[in-house]
Amino acid sequence: MNFELTQEQDMIRKMVREFAEAEIAPKAAERDRTGEFPQDVFHKMGELGLMGIPFPEEYGGSGGDTVSYAIAVEEVSRACGGTGLSYAAHISLGCSPFYYFGTEEQKKKYLIPLAQGKSMGAFGLTEPNAGSDAGGTQTTAVEDGDEWVLNGTKIFITNAAYAEVVVVTAVTDKSRGSRGISSFIVPTSSPGFKIGTIYDKLGLNASNTAEIIMEDVRIPKENILGKLNEGYKQFLITLDGGRISIAAMAVGIARAAYEASLQYAKERRQFGQSISKFQAIQFKLADMATHIELARNMTLKAAWLKDQGKPFKKEAAMAKLFASEMATRVCDQAVQIHGGYGYMKEYPVERHYRDIKLCEIGEGTSEVQRLVIAREIGAS
Amino acid sequence: MNILVCLKQTFDTEEKIVIENGEISEDGVEFVINPYDEYAVEEAIKIKEEQGGEVTVLSVGPSRAESALRTALAMGADKAILVDDESLFGDEYTISKVLAAVAKRDSYDLILGGYMAVDDGSAQVGPRLAEELDIPHISTITGLEVNGDKVKVEKDVEGDTEIIEASMPVLLTAQQGLNEPRYPSLPGIMKAKKKPLERLTAGDIGINPDEIKAKTEVLDQFLPPKKEAGKILEGELDDQVKELVQLLRNEAKVI
Ligand SMILES: Cc1cc2nc3c(=O)[nH]c(=O)nc-3n(C[C@H](O)[C@H](O)[C@H](O)COP(=O)(O)OP(=O)(O)OC[C@H]3O[C@@H](n4cnc5c(N)ncnc54)[C@H](O)[C@@H]3O)c2cc1C
Repeated sequence: MNFELTQEQDMIRKMVREFAEAEIAPKAAERDRTGEFPQDVFHKMGELGLMGIPFPEEYGGSGGDTVSYAIAVEEVSRACGGTGLSYAAHISLGCSPFYYFGTEEQKKKYLIPLAQGKSMGAFGLTEPNAGSDAGGTQTTAVEDGDEWVLNGTKIFITNAAYAEVVVVTAVTDKSRGSRGISSFIVPTSSPGFKIGTIYDKLGLNASNTAEIIMEDVRIPKENILGKLNEGYKQFLITLDGGRISIAAMAVGIARAAYEASLQYAKERRQFGQSISKFQAIQFKLADMATHIELARNMTLKAAWLKDQGKPFKKEAAMAKLFASEMATRVCDQAVQIHGGYGYMKEYPVERHYRDIKLCEIGEGTSEVQRLVIAREIGAS
Repeated sequence: MNILVCLKQTFDTEEKIVIENGEISEDGVEFVINPYDEYAVEEAIKIKEEQGGEVTVLSVGPSRAESALRTALAMGADKAILVDDESLFGDEYTISKVLAAVAKRDSYDLILGGYMAVDDGSAQVGPRLAEELDIPHISTITGLEVNGDKVKVEKDVEGDTEIIEASMPVLLTAQQGLNEPRYPSLPGIMKAKKKPLERLTAGDIGINPDEIKAKTEVLDQFLPPKKEAGKILEGELDDQVKELVQLLRNEAKVI
C-alpha cells in the first residue's frame, strides 16, 4: 500500500495547478457570464502536452497515466468547471474511442491531432429518445456503395461546435437491438452535418454543448470505428473511463467551493467573531474536507486500477457516484456558509453551485451509476 | 556553451510560515524553485535552445531538493547535481565554497543564479561564488544577450537601464523581469526522470567540512508582530495634520 504520488505525478499536479491558477481561473467568472469557449486555454494546454496525457507519444500523447490525467482534470476543474468538462470530454469521450477501438490508420489520422490539442474531441451518443437508455438509439447508418449514409439527431454533445470530427453512434442492424449499433467517425465539414442548438445551460457555460443534426451525411466506408455492430460495447467501455474524469471534475469543483468557504468563514464576522468560530460552520467545513478527501481517494483508486490493467468498472461508477453527490452537497453548503453573499454572482460559490449539478447527470446519471454498481455486486 | 545554473529549493511564496520551538516548520509545506533562480533556469534553457550547449543545474540542499532539480530538468535542463551532504550545509560563506568546489570540477562559460533566495534574502551567494572562482559577475540582470564569448546585460539602476558587456566566463544573477519562466511540459516531465542526477558528498568534491563551517549563527527566529488595525483621521484638514504630527511624535515615536 502506498498513497504517495510518484515524482512525475506530483510534478504534473504542481504544473497544472500553477497553470490553472494563472491561465484559467482569472477569467472563469467572465466565461461563465459570456459563455466564451476557452480555445486559447486549450491551445496552451496542447502545447504543454495536457490534451493527450494518457496516450502514448506515437499517437500524439504524453505517455502519462490515468492517475495523472485525473489529477489534471481536478486541477483544471477547480479553476473553471466548464473548462474542466470540455477537457475531460475531449480526452475521455473524444480521444479515447480512437485509442481503444481505432485501426492503426485511424489512430494516426485522428488521434494524433486531437491528442496534440489541435482540435477538440467530441462523442455523440445521447439522442432525444436515447439518454440513459442508449440502446434506444434512433440515428441510422445505411451502406450505399463505398459509403455510409447517416441520418439522425444527437443532443447535448460537449465540444461539438469546436470539433473537426465527432464519433457518433448509429443503428446498423435494427433487428439486433443494442448489438446492432456501430460507431462512426464523422467530419463536421461533411455536407448534411449541421450544428443545431447551442444550449443555454444552468452552469458550465464555458463548455460548449450543442445539438448535432445529420441529414444524409455521407462518409467513406472506412470511417466505421472498430468493428461493425460493436458500438454499444465500445461506448460502455468509453464511459467506464470517462466516469473517472467526471469524478475528478466533481472533486475539483468541490475543492474550489470548499476553499472559498474556508477562507470566507475565517473572514466573515458576526456576533463579534469570525463565523468559523461557530461549531455549526466548523462542522460543515469538516464534512466538506472529509468528503472531498474520500472522493479523491476513490477516484485515484479507480484510475490506479485502470493503469494496472485491472477491472475498474465498479470502482469508477462508485467514484463518480460518490464524488458527484458529495460535491453537490459541498457546493450547497458552500453557498450556505456564505449566506446571502453566496447567492450573489460576485462570489464564486454561486457559480460552483450551478456548475456541479451536471456531474450527477453526465456520463450516466446517479441512478445509472447505482444500476451499474448493483449489477457489479450481484444484487440485480 | 556550457552553462551552470545554481538553484535553491524554497518555500512556495504562498506558504504560511509557522515557527515551532524556534524552528520554521516544514510540515505539509509546498516547495518550489526559488523564483529568482527560476528566471536563471529559464534564461539558460533559452540560450541553449537558441545557440546550443548544455545546461547543468546545481543545488546544495536536503534530498527533497531533488524535486526542484527535476522540475528544472523537466523545463529543459540537461543534467543535475545535488549536494545533499548535511555536513556541507551552512551559511552563504559555506554554500558558496561548496558551489565553487563543484563548479571547478568542470569548466563553465556561463554561471547563472537568482540574485537572492526568497527565504534568507541575503543576495550574497552569487557574488561570493564569482569571487571564489575568480570570475567577473553582474548582479540583478533584467536582460541578456550572448554573442560569441561576450555577454551584454541590462540591469535596472534607479529607474534607468544600465547596459554592461563582459566576456565569459562570467556569473550573472537574475532579477524579476529577465523572462517569463515556462511551465514544464508533460513530455518534459516524463523525460526528466531519465536525465542524469548526480549526488555528491564532501568526499566527492574533496572538501573538509570543518574548514568551511558557517561564519554566522542564527540565534533566534520569530514572526513579525501582528499588524494592528489602521487608524483613519477625521475632521478638518488642519486638525488632521496636527493630530498626525502628534501621533507620529508621541505614539509611533518616529519623529
Ligand atoms: C452539459 C451536458 C453535457 C453532455 N455531454 C454529452 C456528450 O458529450 N455526449 C453525449 O452523448 N451525451 C452528453 N450529455 C448527455 C447526458 O449523458 C445525458 O443527459 C444523460 O445520460 C441522461 O440522459 P437523459 O438526459 O436523456 O435523461 P433520462 O435518461 O431521460 O433520465 C431522466 C431521469 O430518469 C432516470 N432514469 C432513467 N432510466 C432509469 C432507470 N432505468 N432506473 C432508474 N432511473 C432511471 C435518470 O437517472 C434521470 O433521473 C450531456 C449532458 C449535459 C447536460
